[in-house]
Amino acid sequence: KNPSLQNGDKLAAKQIGQLEDNCREFGIRLYGVNSPQRGIVHVIGPELGLTQPGMTIVCGDSHTSTHGAFGSLAFGIGTSEVEHVLATQCLLQRKPKTFEVRVEGKLGAGVTAKDVILALLSKIGIGGGTGHVFEYTGSAIRSLSMEERMTVCNMSIEGGARAGMMAPDETTFQYIAGKEFAPKGASWDVHLKRWRSLPTDPGASYDASITIDANALKPMITYGTNPGMGIAVTEAVPDPARVSDSSERSALEKSLKYMELKPGEQLLGKRIDVVFIGSCTNSRISDLRLAASVLNGRKVAPNVRTLVVPGSQEVKRQAESEGLDRVFKQAGAEWRESGCSMCIAMNGDQLEPGQYAVSTSNRNFEGRQGKGGRTFLASPLTAAATAVTGTITDVRTLLND
Amino acid sequence: MNHFPTIVSRIAPILVNDIDTDQIIPARFLKVTDKAGLGANLFSDWRFHADGSPKAEFVLNQPQYRGAAILLAGNNFGCGSSREHAPWALVGYGFRAVISTSFADIFRSNALKNALLPVVVDPSVHRKLSELVLNDPAAEIVVDLESQTVQMPDGVSVRFPIDGFAKSCLLNGTDELGYLLRFQKQIEEYEQLHFGSGGIAL
Ligand code: SF4
Repeated sequence: KNPSLQNGDKLAAKQIGQLEDNCREFGIRLYGVNSPQRGIVHVIGPELGLTQPGMTIVCGDSHTSTHGAFGSLAFGIGTSEVEHVLATQCLLQRKPKTFEVRVEGKLGAGVTAKDVILALLSKIGIGGGTGHVFEYTGSAIRSLSMEERMTVCNMSIEGGARAGMMAPDETTFQYIAGKEFAPKGASWDVHLKRWRSLPTDPGASYDASITIDANALKPMITYGTNPGMGIAVTEAVPDPARVSDSSERSALEKSLKYMELKPGEQLLGKRIDVVFIGSCTNSRISDLRLAASVLNGRKVAPNVRTLVVPGSQEVKRQAESEGLDRVFKQAGAEWRESGCSMCIAMNGDQLEPGQYAVSTSNRNFEGRQGKGGRTFLASPLTAAATAVTGTITDVRTLLND
Repeated sequence: MNHFPTIVSRIAPILVNDIDTDQIIPARFLKVTDKAGLGANLFSDWRFHADGSPKAEFVLNQPQYRGAAILLAGNNFGCGSSREHAPWALVGYGFRAVISTSFADIFRSNALKNALLPVVVDPSVHRKLSELVLNDPAAEIVVDLESQTVQMPDGVSVRFPIDGFAKSCLLNGTDELGYLLRFQKQIEEYEQLHFGSGGIAL
């Protein structure tokens, strides 16, 4: 049972009740509060095999970009557009510009898909992709698993791009095969043939492009109040005095004031109150395995509250069958029911004013994780390492132990 | 929806870049099933102290900007979540237009569907408007959708871009569904022809 419903959150209960009524009235299948498949839409869509290459997918949530990992055009829309889609099955769109994000090379130990996307955002800024759709290409992208690809595409919107896509390949097809809503039998072969025709032609041109050297990437962390304000975890907080553009300078000053950080300050060693491992960016089984690999045989520091929140009930069951829940609980972390939890602080999981959190979620906006709370975004590895030491930590120092 | 009017108003300046929708309307106010009343929570965490009292230094709490229907904001306004509650809250508060150098894609689309005009201007025009309002908070400007212009007190007028279909919907006081429903007969004929009496085959 959803605790917020039991505790009498009347508004939430009314909202969910209305969703249930509407779905019943119009014959829409709902994976509701008591469904064993319940979870964050961007986790369960792919999990059920509903997300497939070549589809156009819309949803009233900006992280719909996640589904682009399958070579679908997937983007978030608002309530009015949801209404329009439900009424007509179509949506008027203008052709967006294209933006190639090429990531070449091999990620080093301790560097994850989350660090790739945080590195991109730190280079192009939070509005850098506005009006564009990203296509992620290059050897480093090809070697990512589907779950890692979803982590990257998920945060396309944080760069201002409504959608981010990756060409489907054998990794994609293997992931989809056998899933509940995947095509079966002869239909599978028909689909596969079509899916193989989807990738962008070699030599295609883009309206914008950027290349990232995967070999040079380090674990990343944000220091400010938008996801584009990121640095390598070993770097110092930037100094507004060195920013020439006046509006960018005042934005940085405003962020550092909110975060109570000093220019030039090192984040390594900074004391943290909460670690949140979850959200549609990093709550899939591979994310939990990464976190567990660090927490296994270690203890969460006494000053830190650590929440581990699977993205779906299916992820939860899988994690429990692998014994990850015991790893987390023995380390002193909370093992929770699936959902968005402290990513958006609507269910009671929230930061207290002034608290610092390292989170694997996607937004570090002011108050996002609770009014007055301060968020550092990072990978599940960095988050788990920080939980262990109680301070912001370069996970690579624990991997070498 | 009503026909979109010509706006003649003072400007409220919130000259911050990258104002995200979590600031415009924090998530804790989203547990509603009705858009009415969201204006009271617009910019809630910037506008109010923890005890609910207004923060005197925040623009919307300063008397000289009260009643302004035009918001002047920094670059990349409306980034972040797709919540349509953001334009609902802005309109609920009384804004009819937001002027910035750029808007996040989803916000722009949501705004246009709620009779909130996203007005994109060059950085130089933006600077001029900032100076205007900081020097004379009582100065009024005109935002005219029909001619797609912002008209300043010194007589200077600058054009702004807007999607043609969205413009005609706003000027005619209709929305996309309303527009489509005008063709209901043709749609039904088409469906009958292609899908038979069972409606659309999905
Ligand atoms: S996990 Fe966070 S970002 Fe993802 S859908 Fe939930 S609230 Fe939105």
